[in-house]
Amino acid sequence: MSVYAKPGDPGSPARYASRYENYIGGEWVPPVKGQYFENVTPVTGHSFTEVARGTAEDIELALDAAHGAAPGWGRTPVADRAAVLLKIADTMEQNLQTLAVAETWDNGKPVRETLAADIPLAIDHFRYFAGVIRAQEGTLGELDETTVAYHFHEPLGVVGQIIPWNFPILMATWKLAPALAAGNAVVLKPAEQTPASILVLLELIGGLIPPGVINVVNGFGVEAGKPLASSPRVAKVAFTGETTTGRLIMQYASQNIKPVTLELGGKSPNIFLEDVARARDEFYDKTLEGFTMFALNQGEVCTCPSRALIQESIYDQFMADAVQRTRAVKQGDPLDTDTMIGAQASNDQLEKILSYIDIGKKEGARVLLGGERAYFGGDMADGYYVQPTIFEGDNRMRIFQEEIFGPVVSVTKFANVDDAVKIANDTLYGLGAGVWTRDLHSAYYLGRAIQAGRVWTNCYHLYPAHAAFGGYKQSGIGRETHKMMLDHYQQTKNLLVSYSPTKLGFF
Amino acid sequence: MEDISRVAITAEAADVLRRLRGQHGPLMFHQSGGCCDGSSPMCYPLGEFATGESDVLLGNLHARGVSEPVPVWMSAAQFEYWSHTHLTIDVVPGRGGGFSLEAPLGVRFIIRSRMLTDTEMAALDPA
Repeated sequence: MSVYAKPGDPGSPARYASRYENYIGGEWVPPVKGQYFENVTPVTGHSFTEVARGTAEDIELALDAAHGAAPGWGRTPVADRAAVLLKIADTMEQNLQTLAVAETWDNGKPVRETLAADIPLAIDHFRYFAGVIRAQEGTLGELDETTVAYHFHEPLGVVGQIIPWNFPILMATWKLAPALAAGNAVVLKPAEQTPASILVLLELIGGLIPPGVINVVNGFGVEAGKPLASSPRVAKVAFTGETTTGRLIMQYASQNIKPVTLELGGKSPNIFLEDVARARDEFYDKTLEGFTMFALNQGEVCTCPSRALIQESIYDQFMADAVQRTRAVKQGDPLDTDTMIGAQASNDQLEKILSYIDIGKKEGARVLLGGERAYFGGDMADGYYVQPTIFEGDNRMRIFQEEIFGPVVSVTKFANVDDAVKIANDTLYGLGAGVWTRDLHSAYYLGRAIQAGRVWTNCYHLYPAHAAFGGYKQSGIGRETHKMMLDHYQQTKNLLVSYSPTKLGFF
Repeated sequence: MEDISRVAITAEAADVLRRLRGQHGPLMFHQSGGCCDGSSPMCYPLGEFATGESDVLLGNLHARGVSEPVPVWMSAAQFEYWSHTHLTIDVVPGRGGGFSLEAPLGVRFIIRSRMLTDTEMAALDPA
């Protein structure tokens, strides 16, 4: 066990400045209106820095810088663009602890995760897109002996990206890496709950990137996000968040006839077939870990396995084991490397989770574990902590239908495989799902029958580059973390060329 | 029967609504779903969010000091799963979310829920 010192304290690998400006055109630029907002760490509930409160005027400055940089970046040879992405990855790797501790402080998640998952995944993501852009080729179609259709990939130009607060650096990377690889310039708006860790990243990598290729404007959604999403000067908007804002972004995009990619969350089922309990072996142990994955990142994951569906024949014993496993989750100081679950990202998130636990109880769901706010002493007394919570209930209850975005799982039974499919698909969303079984026929059948963009089979919460991530139904539009995301950041140029000297003969 | 409704607002939230009304004019809510700031009510200038056939009007809020009723909408698909609960819009200290208007005030609207009674259900949904 070791405990990292707080950012800025002696011995801490990270430090935060007392104030952050916007990052525009390769420089730190104060907000036009001169306003800032306090940024709170959920670890303690207290402010640790202030951040530019950007407005439409700052978005315009960032768009100016991005439009200045986009043509040159788009013409930069792919080998050189890839080299920049690789340098970004190397620099992040050399500063792993700095970024991990900074991220933990801004977001509240355990440093164990930022060290082992968030930052390493982000590093690999830049490397992946450095690789795929080198390997990408256009196509040609030989229409006849003298007529050829060439298809070129061209960057869109300037794109807008709005980032969520649950994995601030990793989610920014999911969007930045393909956009940059494809040759676009970006204006990025971080979430107002977690505006600062991305700026620590920019302090490290800003010098590696031509000025204006990445621009970051912080601020509130209504003041900075909306002007970005509704601007006719962006060629595309990428957003991760929830459905109402997703619809509003589509509405703005429709006014400008611009494409969007949206990732809007889910209510992911995690299905455990009876055969998992056939033996008390290593695999059974893995399935119990798979159940407990709902607590990963405090449940603040769009694909949180927040509905557990257990076959009724094994229900009692499996749930006894699952409750025991969840009880062993160590909650506490996010800077302690032994901590498994940290703080919720904001006070309003904490309040929302508690309101869901409240309606769950009112709907008649039974609390098998947790069900309350968690309190710690010392510096963490005002932090935002929730006990890992297991509800038992019915799929029609609200706690089975809305993404609580907290460490809360709602458990129900199913009779057979078809029943499991029916319950799994009885949801508005279709982002992720989990299937646990020793039987390959059931695994394949369920994997294909569940209406979700990703079905983890005998695993969960893996987010490697090279596996497509995105939603069915109301979970959104587009596929990230795969080379196919390049298509969302590129135009197709067709050159239709005749090599024949002979006229058509029409005129 | 005229007091039976699906939505209400707390006095604290009504205070915020009144301030926003002064800054932005007539207002509306659309209840969100999904992740991140989902499951929260989003407050916009009236008409900013285009509602349509795929939405349900849950009711109109009458807040003291706000001259016109404030409509509260939800997508019809989401209403299928929420229709058995009564919603009260409250407010907590927070950092906003989405493009909802209250964020610059350092507060966030939030939904408190309870089960509708059988009497209320019968009055609201006679079918």
